[in-house]
Formats: sequence, structure tokens, C-alpha cells
Amino acid sequence: MCAITSLSDNLNTPSPSAEIQVMNINWFQKQPQGNDEVSLTMNISADLQTLFTWNTKQLFIFVAAEYETPKNSLNQVSLWDAIIPSKEHAKFWIHTSNKYRFVDQGNNLRGKEFNLTLHWHVMPKTGKMFADKIVLTGYSFPEEYR
Amino acid sequence: MGWIAENMKSIHVRQILSQAICLGMVVSMALIIWKGLICITGSESPVVVVLSGSMEPGFKRGDILFLYMNKDPIRTGQIVVFNDVHYGQDIPIVHRVIEVHERRDSKEVDILTKGDANLGDDRMLYASNRQWLQQKHIMGRAVGLLPYAGWFTIIMKEKPVIKYILVGALGLLVITSKE
Repeated sequence: MCAITSLSDNLNTPSPSAEIQVMNINWFQKQPQGNDEVSLTMNISADLQTLFTWNTKQLFIFVAAEYETPKNSLNQVSLWDAIIPSKEHAKFWIHTSNKYRFVDQGNNLRGKEFNLTLHWHVMPKTGKMFADKIVLTGYSFPEEYR
Repeated sequence: MGWIAENMKSIHVRQILSQAICLGMVVSMALIIWKGLICITGSESPVVVVLSGSMEPGFKRGDILFLYMNKDPIRTGQIVVFNDVHYGQDIPIVHRVIEVHERRDSKEVDILTKGDANLGDDRMLYASNRQWLQQKHIMGRAVGLLPYAGWFTIIMKEKPVIKYILVGALGLLVITSKE
């Protein structure tokens, strides 16, 4: 039964969309231990209604910043997450600052470009879980601390 | 006629033997399937029961999670299982990855996890004062869910009385069905 419900999930062809604007860099400092930390405010809007099927219990969604540094080929830092319990809640707009601290391993962020990715993880009532994301590019940190 | 009595006895012995072999086959089948699952899923524990509420409402206590592990790099959002925690017990924790830093040279990853329903991340939980988990600490990724199916295991563990009752009942069934 588990397998059959998962099969029916595969028949769904979703068309999600999302937009994220960085409204403000609230502050951008080097912490005493030497790591850059930034606080930012974002406008997140998305329409994820087409991801819901009869077998969807909820969507777990999160926004992560992705960037690379000399030491690390990939850094992914989750900034904000939410649970979408039903299709009605899946078309939304939110103005928020980062829920989780955005701290680099080092002090590499000045002037750096980064991507913001909106991920969704579909948690089924039963069966296979699946996930995908939208990658939005073109964001960058200020050249100087503030 | 003495040889009829002899035959009756040997039939009885054959019955016991065949039932013992049957039982042996069932147990071996179960072991083969379990070991096979470990092989196929690449995880030491291909199935876990959710014991806490730290991933609610997505996973509830008593749900069964199917795990899969391969060499693919760990990335944020994945739900991973690890048991390298400082309070020593071998209870697997199933939480979501919220931060990943991958080294350019060695391709090793620093991982930070957090339960969906928890306010803070898991850093306090990690053994040996670790700031990050490594890929080697991850036992598997959760790929599928079967709700409520794990309650059997939880009840067995927390109310062992039920275990004894069940075994006793099974034993009674086996004895009485021989007739």
C-alpha cells in the first residue's frame, strides 16, 4: 500500500514558483572568534500549491544561503524554515529576518556573491518522501562591515 | 500388531522434526531478509522507529522510517540518523540537516542538525564536545515513512510484560495446534 501511494505521487506534475528579495542587511560584523556573521531581512513569496497531493501530510520548506569560500567548495546555511500544513497555506508572502544565525566558517563574506535557495520537502502521509528546490542567484554581501 | 505402534511413534517424531525445521526456516528467512535489507539500503539500521517528538508534526512517535545510505554528499534539508551523542545511549536521533560546509580539498563535510520541532540546533547533543558532525557519523537518510507501524516495538520495549504474555500465548498456540 505504501508503494502504491508513492506511485500515485509520481503522477503529479507540480509547477512551484518563488521569489526572494533581500530587503535589508541589518548588520554585518566579524565576531570575536573571527567568524563573519550577518543578519538580514527578506521578503519571501511563493506558490507551492501544486505540490500537494492527496497523500501529502505537510511541506517542510526552508530558505538557505549557498556560497563558496577559499576553504570550502560549498557552504549551505539554513536561514528560515516553516511548515505548510495544507494547500490553502501554500501560496504565501512573508517579511522576516533570518530565524537562524548566519555565521561563516571564517571571515570570507565581504563583497561575496551568494545564492538563496528555497527548498521544499514533501512529507507524505505514508510512503516515499521527496524534495526539490528553486535556486535564486545574484545576491551579494556588502563590501564593508556595518 | 507391534509394528503399527512403532510406525505411530516414528510419525510423531517426524511431526516434531518437521515443525522444528519449519520454525528454523522462518527464523532464517527473517534473518536473510533483514541482512538483505541492510545490504540493499547501505545502512546498518535500514528501519528505525521514531521515539521522540522532536520532528513533529512531520514524524510522530511510533512512526517507522525507512533509511537509505550512499556515498552522495550530505546536503541541507536531508533528514539524517545519527547516534553519536554525549549522553552515551545508543538511541538513534533522526533530525534535519540545517548547515553544511564542504572542504574544497578533502571533500569532507561539517554538518549541523536540528529537530524540526526544537527551538535550537543539536550542537549540545554531539559527543566529545563536537561542533559539527561528519559524514561518517551519519547512519542513513530517511527516505520513506510508515505511520503508527512502530508502536509494536515501542510497547515491547517499554512494557516488557506484554512481551512475556505474547511469547506465552504463542507457545500455548504451538503446543495446542500439534493435535
